[in-house]
Amino acid sequence: MQRINDDVLNKCRDLIENGTCDRVLAWEEGEFCYDVTPAVFTGDTLGKMIYDDFCAANQSKYLIDESHKEGRIAALLKPCDTYSFNQLLKENRIKRENVYVLGVPCDGKIDAEKARGLGIKGILGAEIDGDTVAFETIYGKKTCSKKDVLHEKCLSCKGKKHMIFDELTDPEKEPETAVPENGTSRFDGVSKLENMTAEERFRFWRGELSRCIRCNACRNVCPACSCRQCVFDNPASGVSSKANTNDFEENLYHIIRAFHVAGRCTDCGECTRVCPENIPLHLLNRKFIKDINELYGEYQAGYDTALDAPLTSYTKQDAEPGIVHERGVR
Amino acid sequence: MQRIGVFVCWCGSNIAGTVDVEKVASSVAGEPGVVFTTNYQYMCSEGGQGMIRRAIKEHGLTGIVVCSCSPRMHEATFRKTAQAAGLNPYMVEIANIREQCSWIHKDKDEGTEKAVILAKAAIAKLNLNKPLTAGESNVTKRALVIGGGIAGIQTALDIADAGYEVDIVEKSPTIGGRMAQLDKTFPTLDCAACILTPKMVDAAASDKINLYTYSEVEAVSGFVGNFKVKIKKKPRYVNSELCSGCGVCTEKCPSRKAPNEFNMGLNNRGAIYIPFAQAIPNVPVIDPEQCIKLKTGKCGLCEKNCTAKAIDFTQKEEIIEREYGAIVAATGYRPISLENFDEFGYAHNKDVITSLELERLMNAAGPTKGVLLRPSDGEHPHEIVFIQCVGSRDTSGCGKPYCSKICCMYTAKHAMMIRDKYPDTKVHVFYIDVRTPGKNFDEFYRRAVEEYGVDYIKGMVGKVAEKDGKLLVQGSDLISNEQVHIEADLVVLAAAIEPDPSVRNIATMLTASIDTNNFLTEAHPKLRPVESPTAGVFLSGVCQGPKDIPETVAQASAAAAKVIGLLSKDKLTGNPCVAHSDELLCNGCSQCACVCPYGAIDYIDKEVNDHGKREVRRIASVNEAVCQGCGACTVTCPSGAMDLKGFTTRQIMAEVDAICR
Repeated sequence: MQRINDDVLNKCRDLIENGTCDRVLAWEEGEFCYDVTPAVFTGDTLGKMIYDDFCAANQSKYLIDESHKEGRIAALLKPCDTYSFNQLLKENRIKRENVYVLGVPCDGKIDAEKARGLGIKGILGAEIDGDTVAFETIYGKKTCSKKDVLHEKCLSCKGKKHMIFDELTDPEKEPETAVPENGTSRFDGVSKLENMTAEERFRFWRGELSRCIRCNACRNVCPACSCRQCVFDNPASGVSSKANTNDFEENLYHIIRAFHVAGRCTDCGECTRVCPENIPLHLLNRKFIKDINELYGEYQAGYDTALDAPLTSYTKQDAEPGIVHERGVR
Repeated sequence: MQRIGVFVCWCGSNIAGTVDVEKVASSVAGEPGVVFTTNYQYMCSEGGQGMIRRAIKEHGLTGIVVCSCSPRMHEATFRKTAQAAGLNPYMVEIANIREQCSWIHKDKDEGTEKAVILAKAAIAKLNLNKPLTAGESNVTKRALVIGGGIAGIQTALDIADAGYEVDIVEKSPTIGGRMAQLDKTFPTLDCAACILTPKMVDAAASDKINLYTYSEVEAVSGFVGNFKVKIKKKPRYVNSELCSGCGVCTEKCPSRKAPNEFNMGLNNRGAIYIPFAQAIPNVPVIDPEQCIKLKTGKCGLCEKNCTAKAIDFTQKEEIIEREYGAIVAATGYRPISLENFDEFGYAHNKDVITSLELERLMNAAGPTKGVLLRPSDGEHPHEIVFIQCVGSRDTSGCGKPYCSKICCMYTAKHAMMIRDKYPDTKVHVFYIDVRTPGKNFDEFYRRAVEEYGVDYIKGMVGKVAEKDGKLLVQGSDLISNEQVHIEADLVVLAAAIEPDPSVRNIATMLTASIDTNNFLTEAHPKLRPVESPTAGVFLSGVCQGPKDIPETVAQASAAAAKVIGLLSKDKLTGNPCVAHSDELLCNGCSQCACVCPYGAIDYIDKEVNDHGKREVRRIASVNEAVCQGCGACTVTCPSGAMDLKGFTTRQIMAEVDAICR
C-alpha cells in the first residue's frame, strides 16, 4: 500500500526546492507499517517521508524546538494538530514565521492494537475506505468497520477543518466548518463518571490509575505540557523525585497534570493514545473541558489565537467560586 | 539554620480562655529552629513588645513567630517591634490563634491542638523566610472622587481646601446626587437645596476642583500614589464653553416623551434638558435615545433657537486619561425596585408611591410645584398611609436583609410636614420598630407623634387593594392585636435603599471588595471605616453602607482626611512581598499577564544562560511598584516559574506539610 500521497510528497519537494522551507516535519516508517514516528526530513531524505492512515501523532509540540532553529520548516498538520498549534502560538511557544503549515486531510487514524484485538494480526498495511478499513496481512486481506479500529481521539474528532494553515494539500476536501464526528457525545464518558457516586468515581480512578507505571509518556507527548522544565523534574519545586509515601500520591500526578493543562488542553487525545497501560486519561481533561463549557460558555482551546480564555480572564458573569462546592455535592 | 523565638499571646481571655497558651509554647519548643518560647498576657502591649525586643537580643533570634490575633490586626505592630530590635521586619510570622482558633472553638483541648498546629505551620514557613526590603514610589498629588453627590462634593471640597487638586467624575449631567432631589432634611427641617446648592457652587468655583459631569470611569490601572484612570466623557451635544444656560432650547424641544429622572418619572422632560434649575454645570444635555434629530436627522429646533450656537450634534464620546494619587468612591444609592412587592400594588396603582417620589411631590420645584396632589387624579389626599421597611430587614429574599437606616427618620419627617401643611389630613405609619439613634433624632420622632398627632401603628401591611377610587390598606396592629383596615387616598412606601448598580463595575476596576449586598467593604469595620482594603482607595457615603446626610458628610470629610494624609507624603514605601519570575523556568506563555489584575507583568526578550546554553528568551518581568502580591500569577504559572516573595510556593508547602505532619 502507498505510504504517502504523491501530491503531498511533491508539494514538500517543491517547498524545499523553491526555498520556502529547508526541512519537513512528517513521519518515518519503523519496523512495522503501523510503527510510525514523527521525524524531520531534508531534501536528501525526503524519499523516506510517509503520511498514511497510521500517522496519528500530534506534530505541533515538535514545532516549539523546530521553529526556534534557523531556517523554516514545513509541517504536515492534521486538522486536530492545528488546534494545538494555535494554542502554542497563543502561548508564544512557536515562532510562527519559521513554520509553513501544510494542512493535510485526515479520515481518522488506525489503532493497530484495536485491530489486533479484532483478530487482525500480522498487519502489512491498511487503508481507510469510507466506513471500512482494508487490511493487508500476512494471512491475506481482511476488512473491518472503521469505527472499530480508530483511535479514541478519532472517535471524538472535533472536525476535519484546519484551524490554521499556510496551504492545504487537498483544498477540495476541506469542509467549510468543523463538524464534530459524532455530534456532542464527546462528553458521554465524562457524564457517566459524573453520574457515579463520589465513592464509585474514586474507586474507578484508583483502579485505572493503579496501572500507571509513571513512564511520563502522557506528559512527554502532551502539547500543553511543554514547560521548559516540568515541575515534576524541578528539584526546587519540592515535588520532583519525591519518594511517594503511597500509591495515592502517585495517582495525584495525573490530577495535577490535568490541572496544569486545564483551559489549554485542546483535547487532542494524545495522552490516552500513548499510554502503554491504556488508562483513559482523556477523561480527566474532558471533565475540565465540560466544566469550562458549562460554567463559562462553550470554549475550544486552540480554536483561534485570541488571548482571552475562560480560566485566565475575568468577566462579571463568571461563576462564583461557590459553584464548585454546589456542583460537588450533587 | 534560623534561630526562632515563639511568642504566644493570651489576648487576655480572648485566646487563653479556650487555648492552653502555656502548652502551645512548650509544645513547639522542639520544632526545627526554635530556640526560645514564651507566653504573655498582652503581647501587643509595651510590656509584651519589650519582651520580644529583649529576647531577640538575648537569644540572637533571626526570626520570630507571634501566636496572636489576625495579621490584619497586629502584623504591622510586631514587624515594627522586630525592626526596633534589629531584625528585618519580614522575618516575622503571625500564627492567627484568635480569629481562626480560640474564637471558634469551645473545647479547650481542641483549641489548644489547633493552636499548636497553626504555630508549627508558621514556624515551618519562617524557617524558609528571607529578609526582604521594600522599594519606594512617588505620589501623584491629585485625587479622583467618583460620584458627585453630597458625599463626593464634601470629600472634594475638603481635599481642595488642603491645597490638593481633585477631580469629580459624575455619571449624570449634574452634580448634586440624591440630596438634590430631597425637599426638607431631618432633624432640622431645613431645605435640602438651601444647604446643598451652596456646596455645589463652591465645588464648581474652586480652582482646585475639576468637574467631569456626564462622565464615567472607564478603566483604572496602577497602584496607590500612582493610579492611571481613563474617564469617558459622554457627548452632551452641547458646547459647554458657548452655552449661556438660557434654557430656550429645553422649551422648544418637541420631544416630550422621556420620563423626568430627577422627578422620579412623575412627569416628562424634553430630549434636551437641564435636570433641575440649580444644576451644575448649568448646561443642557441631549438624550440621544429621545432626540428626533439624532434619531431621524430631522428637527434641530434647539439648534435653530440657540443664539449662542452651542448645539453640536457632531460631538463624540471622549476618553480622558488622568493620573491620581488617591481615589475616593462615592457612588451613592438608589431605592430598590419594588417588583417583588406586589402586595402593595406599586406597579399598577398610581397613588402608591415611594418616599423619594413623595419628596418630589412635596418639593416646590417638583412636578406639582410643592402642592401635595395624588398622581392619579390631581386631587388632594385626605388620608395617607406610610408603610416602613418595604424591602428592608427582609430575610425572605424579596428585599434586603439590612436596615436602610434613613427610612424611620424621613417617614417621621414626611408625616410631620404633611400634618403641618395640611392639618385636615390623617396620617398613619405602619412600622416594625422605630429606630432613631442620632443626635436630636428621637426628639424629632416624638414631635411627629406628640405634637403632630401622627398615628403610628406597630405592624406590617398585608395588602393594598384598590376599591372605588380608594386604596384599601389591610394591616395588623400588633399592640392591640387586631386587624386594621384603612381607606387611604395615598400610600407611601419607604423602599429600602441599595448601592447604585454602577458600584459593581467600579469595585472591579478599583479591585475594591464588595459585600453580598454590593456595599463596598471597608478595610476594618471599626478601625479603618473609610479605607477600602485596596491601598489608596477610600470610601465616602452610602456606597459603604446606609447612612443619612450628617453621617455621610462626616464620612466624606474623614475620607478626605485620609486622602490628604496620603497626598502629603512625597514617597510611599512599597510592599516587598511581590512576584518575580525565574528566567530559566519561564515559558513566556503570557498566562500570568492575563490573570494579573494590576497589569504588573510585562514581557522582555532577554538573553539567558541555561546551564551553558545561551539564548534569547521571552520572559515575564514584574513591575514591583505595581505588583500588589496577590499571588494570582504564581498559581497560574504552569511551570512554577512565578513565585511570590514572602509567600513562596515552598513556604506554603512547608506550612501545609507542618499541618499534615
